[in-house]
Amino acid sequence: MNWKVTENNSNIKLRDIPTVNIEDIRNDIISSNRRVIGFFGNKEEEKIRLYIITADDTEGKIYVSSVLFAPETKEYESFTRDIPSFHMFEREFYEEYKIEPKNHPWLKPVRKNQDKYEFFKMQGEDVHEVAVGPIHAGVIEPGHFRFMCQGEKVYELEIMLGYQHRGIEKLFLGEINSKKNKLAESICGDRVIAHNTAYSQVIESLTETKITQRAKLIRRIALEMERIAIHIGDMGAIAGDMAYLTGASIFGTTRTLVINTMLEISGSRFGRGLVEIGGVNFDINKEMSDKIEAMLDKVEKIVDRTVSIMLRSPSCISRMEKTGIVTKEIAKSLGAVGMAARSSGMDIDCRFDFKDELYNKNEGGYNYKASGDVDSRFKQRYKEVKDSVIHIKNFLNKLKNYEEEELKIGLNEVNPDTMAISAVEGWRGEIVHIALVGGNSEIIRYKIKDPSFNNWYMLAMAVRDNGISDFPLCNKSFNLSYSGNDL
Amino acid sequence: MIDTIIQKYYQGKQYIADIKNAPIKEQFRGYPILNSEEKESADENSCPTGALIKNPLSVDMGKCTFCGNCQCKAIKFGSFYKLGSDSREKLVITGELTEQEYEKTAIKSRKEIKKVFSKSLKLRQVSAGGCNGCEMELNACSNCNFDMGRFGIDFVASPRHADGLVITGPITKNMAFALEDCYKSVPNPKIVILTGACAISGGIFQKSDMLNREFLEKYPADLYIPGCPVHPLTFINAVLSFISN
Repeated sequence: MNWKVTENNSNIKLRDIPTVNIEDIRNDIISSNRRVIGFFGNKEEEKIRLYIITADDTEGKIYVSSVLFAPETKEYESFTRDIPSFHMFEREFYEEYKIEPKNHPWLKPVRKNQDKYEFFKMQGEDVHEVAVGPIHAGVIEPGHFRFMCQGEKVYELEIMLGYQHRGIEKLFLGEINSKKNKLAESICGDRVIAHNTAYSQVIESLTETKITQRAKLIRRIALEMERIAIHIGDMGAIAGDMAYLTGASIFGTTRTLVINTMLEISGSRFGRGLVEIGGVNFDINKEMSDKIEAMLDKVEKIVDRTVSIMLRSPSCISRMEKTGIVTKEIAKSLGAVGMAARSSGMDIDCRFDFKDELYNKNEGGYNYKASGDVDSRFKQRYKEVKDSVIHIKNFLNKLKNYEEEELKIGLNEVNPDTMAISAVEGWRGEIVHIALVGGNSEIIRYKIKDPSFNNWYMLAMAVRDNGISDFPLCNKSFNLSYSGNDL
Repeated sequence: MIDTIIQKYYQGKQYIADIKNAPIKEQFRGYPILNSEEKESADENSCPTGALIKNPLSVDMGKCTFCGNCQCKAIKFGSFYKLGSDSREKLVITGELTEQEYEKTAIKSRKEIKKVFSKSLKLRQVSAGGCNGCEMELNACSNCNFDMGRFGIDFVASPRHADGLVITGPITKNMAFALEDCYKSVPNPKIVILTGACAISGGIFQKSDMLNREFLEKYPADLYIPGCPVHPLTFINAVLSFISN
């Protein structure tokens, strides 16, 4: 057995994880149809153990394996040549542990200071470079973009990140407590609920704490509200970037309705302080539940109307259609996840791929042909808003049956020498948190995989052969996270 | 076209007319209300950022993430949102200081600032490790609800066009150079505004070894706006009090 098979939100003993030859792992991954969700090292005295975690989306199982590198080993044959979706993971592993993936096509640093880094160069007539960042024109996070253009056309976009690196994984180490929930909320401020839920679920899996259905439902209601709020905000940003200012302002104020309801639930517009290990801190009672439903009806009506105007307006259609195309094949080979992958036609959503008994896979009644362009990503966001409205209404209905249950329960003892994995579908895509606990019941390694980590290269592929003036539009249609990638 | 007009009609007027006295939901966790007599019930260990000191009882809003973990008999969070201050020391709240007193003393508008910036203040925002929470709230300051532009306050694209910097995030090592570079590009006279717990004190990241906060030792800040993230009303009111009477 090369792999230990487990499930989302469950723990495994570290000694049950097989130690295998790296060549066997490579062959297994090539022959199976599994995708990588974790690839990280951990120091074991002088040696380094590389954990490889893959997910089988059709069966909803997670496969865990490991490779042990002796102290003198300094290289191994790269996976990326055979499986391109490993490219970021191997770069990250090399940066952290200095074990080189031999023949990796592009061993560029991920997060460390890259002042001396040499960008690709393009030569020829009419060729020029455009450098943008790290500080951008708008109020957004820092990152550097280097466009290689001929005339107006972008041939290649090189993205350099790492400016946001705050060493967040290290801050999770040590004792398990609810203060780290606040840290999880600050991994990425636009997915407060998603990251915090992932952290809480990891800790609950480590301690085998079964939280109440009530708390689970409230977490999911908040998660879907977060999805609605950000999608609406981003649709406004897309409208703004193609100079359709009516859309920008209407979506902007509509988002306010959603996040102000979140403020009423949790005291923070982004739901900070709502989720905590063991459950949730705030209740959604009958009155609040009516308020949420009324708000959702109002929001859905406004969004329906505005989207319908935009999708009938030739000036909007001409900017969105066939701009920034990422085909399904490219998305799949890059290991794309989440909303961006779905708008390229991939069927990937860890709310449904990993069994979650609370979610029904029902549709909000909007469908479109996924073609991987900005238009698709706009429509995908609209579809997800409509789907989420139905999910929330379902959850609110179910919540009535669990009114007597506790909101928060105490944690059980931590099992020493275990590992737990939790995947949560945030609005950008699948967030994976992995925690390793040592013999003294303290966290010895914490690993976060943000969907942006998979998807940044998708943006580079999207802008190829597009006019450079379409870059802001492409960028907004993805709206990837800098802080989630840089950690 | 007709659809757009109908849609605009349905939208009505969305802006907050009186931004200085705008109502806010009572659930909002803003100004901490302390009761020194009950200080034994406070638990320093419950605070993720070390903002809470038990003896004598005080909460440092520059560090506080307003998470509400510490709420007990001694500490409650009121919904008062005008939290900005012109000095780091004033952010430390003790039991005796009510929110009205705090509001009166927190921001003293300087004569030279009023003279230069009261009609128009263009700001350059730099995110130096911020989690995108403060950034989204700063963006919200310019939306139709809060509409900061009507007071002459705007975010601009280039530091060369700006009158000051708004810094969010704990200032990571990798952003330290770019931040200083940006500061130097802003023409004089200029102001520095620290926004959010991360920028003011390092916040939840203060123990991280990937930070480089030397910038703040070299260039003192003029305005501190606490929050995690900063509420748009907190930001706009603080800046307004700073540049006008």
